[in-house]
Amino acid sequence: MSELTQQDALFTYTLRLADNALILGHRLSEWCGHGPFLEEDIGVINTALDLLGRCRMLYSYAGEVEGKGRDEDDLAYHRDEREFTNYLLMEQPKGDFAYTTIRQFYADVWNLHFYTELCNSKDETLAAIAKKVVKECRYHFRHNAEWVKRLGDGTEESIQRMNDAIAEASRFVNEMFEMDDVDQMMVDAGIGVDLNEVKAKWIASVDEVFAEATLQRPEPEYDRSGGRLGLHTEQLGFLLAEMQYVQRCHPGLQW
Amino acid sequence: MVDQYLPLWEVFVRSKRGMDHKHCGSVHAADAEQALQYARDVYTRRSEGNSIWVVEAKHIVASQPDDQEAFFEPADDKVYRHATFYDVPADVKHM
Amino acid sequence: MTPQDQVVDIDALETEFQERIDAEKKIEPKDWMPEAYRRTLIRQISQHAHSEVVGQLPEGNWITRAPSLRRKAILLAKVQDEAGHGLYLYSAAETLGSSREQMVDDLHAGKAKYSSIFNYPTLSWADIPAIGWLVDGAAIVNQVALCRTSYGPYSRAMIRVCKEESFHARQGFEGMLALARGNEAQKKMCQDAINRYWWPALMMFGPSDADSPNSAQSMKWKIKRFSNDELRQKFVDQTVPQIEYLGMEVPDADCKWNEERGHYDIGEMPWEEFFAVIKGHGPCNHERLQARQKAHDEGNWVREAALAYQKKQADKKQSVA
Repeated sequence: MSELTQQDALFTYTLRLADNALILGHRLSEWCGHGPFLEEDIGVINTALDLLGRCRMLYSYAGEVEGKGRDEDDLAYHRDEREFTNYLLMEQPKGDFAYTTIRQFYADVWNLHFYTELCNSKDETLAAIAKKVVKECRYHFRHNAEWVKRLGDGTEESIQRMNDAIAEASRFVNEMFEMDDVDQMMVDAGIGVDLNEVKAKWIASVDEVFAEATLQRPEPEYDRSGGRLGLHTEQLGFLLAEMQYVQRCHPGLQW
Repeated sequence: MVDQYLPLWEVFVRSKRGMDHKHCGSVHAADAEQALQYARDVYTRRSEGNSIWVVEAKHIVASQPDDQEAFFEPADDKVYRHATFYDVPADVKHM
Repeated sequence: MTPQDQVVDIDALETEFQERIDAEKKIEPKDWMPEAYRRTLIRQISQHAHSEVVGQLPEGNWITRAPSLRRKAILLAKVQDEAGHGLYLYSAAETLGSSREQMVDDLHAGKAKYSSIFNYPTLSWADIPAIGWLVDGAAIVNQVALCRTSYGPYSRAMIRVCKEESFHARQGFEGMLALARGNEAQKKMCQDAINRYWWPALMMFGPSDADSPNSAQSMKWKIKRFSNDELRQKFVDQTVPQIEYLGMEVPDADCKWNEERGHYDIGEMPWEEFFAVIKGHGPCNHERLQARQKAHDEGNWVREAALAYQKKQADKKQSVA
């Protein structure tokens, strides 16, 4: 394997952030028209729109960094499962509203601390994107932290569903804090964020909200990982098949 | 299964600094924080505001159409409260 | 008061009410109004609200399959607007003493109607811009007319809706134009969507005036300001040239410009189909209601938990105080 250049690393780094936003946004958008009540339907879509806007900025920048003329749609619609680099948690089916809430809350806390740090990036474009994104993250965190408390300290049924969701999501949590060569190179260059620091803050924030919600955060029995290497769960293939099908059937056209 | 519905809240949005909060509709929400968030999600999707008030609908006290005469008509004959009631010569300035 | 006095009273109130309407003064929630006026409005506004909410479903089908990220963002924002518009309308109906609960239950029980157009399936991507352009286009013609409706909260909701919807038809036409200028497959998709959505869009204006039993009273009360046929004609007149601009065909051999009338003539509408869909026998009536009912049922534990949590918090506050 050829040596990792800083340009490669920046491309991969940006692409990963974009993939996470796209795939999580996709899962959230599946609620559109099917939310637990009309107001929340509208609220969920606001978050999905934020994530979609975020992935578009990041894909465009990734394409620019790569320098091969790929645009946002080339990157979103013309890569296969093995080339997608999102965390496994993001691609899991939307489940019930408890699972959606927990997954979203975990991602919100990660995003909040990650993008807050990324505002200090020496890469001006990433820093500018982060400054915009972090405002959305604060709102998403606020919205979903409230839901965690409501459902976690609501009825017997909601408490049960939340505990099930937490158990179901737990094996995907630690993948979000793994550091590899790309991360290290970006951290060393003052561009990226140290995920060990994000992890400490993530745990503190989650535990604080869980305490109010009277919920427990279990240590996972084992960890699943591999999203960043393109080693996904079986869920992603179906998601991409649905998402990409029009583009793949009729390539190279304007829509 | 008993169907559950959330209470009604009235929403007031200030479109920009210096303006009044204006009533713009309602949302259903379980609590005040949620009502505030939904008011934001529903009524400010196109940057229509920079400040929101919500109040649970049952707490609003309103005058009734039957109050019309007793409440508002007594004010109609107090024309001397309006500047136009007074004749001031045209050559008097800054009045 | 004797019963006879009461009769006289109501007559006087009705006269006063009609005078207010004739003077183009708005009716506000707490004003006295004839029961039939209230019922008509609740029926019409809640139908309108249900249409927006059910209307999320056919387009929502394509959010996960939109062919570009730009189209996906536009579609997501548009479908969200439909939910928002449903909400504004439910709000307006609630000022008449109807509850969201009752209205939603009526929808699920099949007692309340919604626009038939949403009982047609979205079968290709082209259906999405076609709906934005034709269906929202038709809805806007209707809704612009409703901005001057006599009931204040309905009129205000419509003004808000119209302001927001102006982008819906435009994005739809832009999407159709992209297809019309594309390759053969895209053109075919585009024409096919027009073929399937043309008549259903025209039927959105309701039965012809001769068969519209409630229209006269609604016009007198200025709930409606124009007749079904007038609005339909307006839509045909503005849309036929747009179809021609796309280089597509109007799927009606009898559709031509009538110099004398200064309007387009159209062929016989497929009314039999229209009434079948209204009766619940359209292609997707069953699926649409089932989807709404399912979302509502699955949301029940969520609403219940939110209320339980609120109560616990309030009790806590009370015990501290």
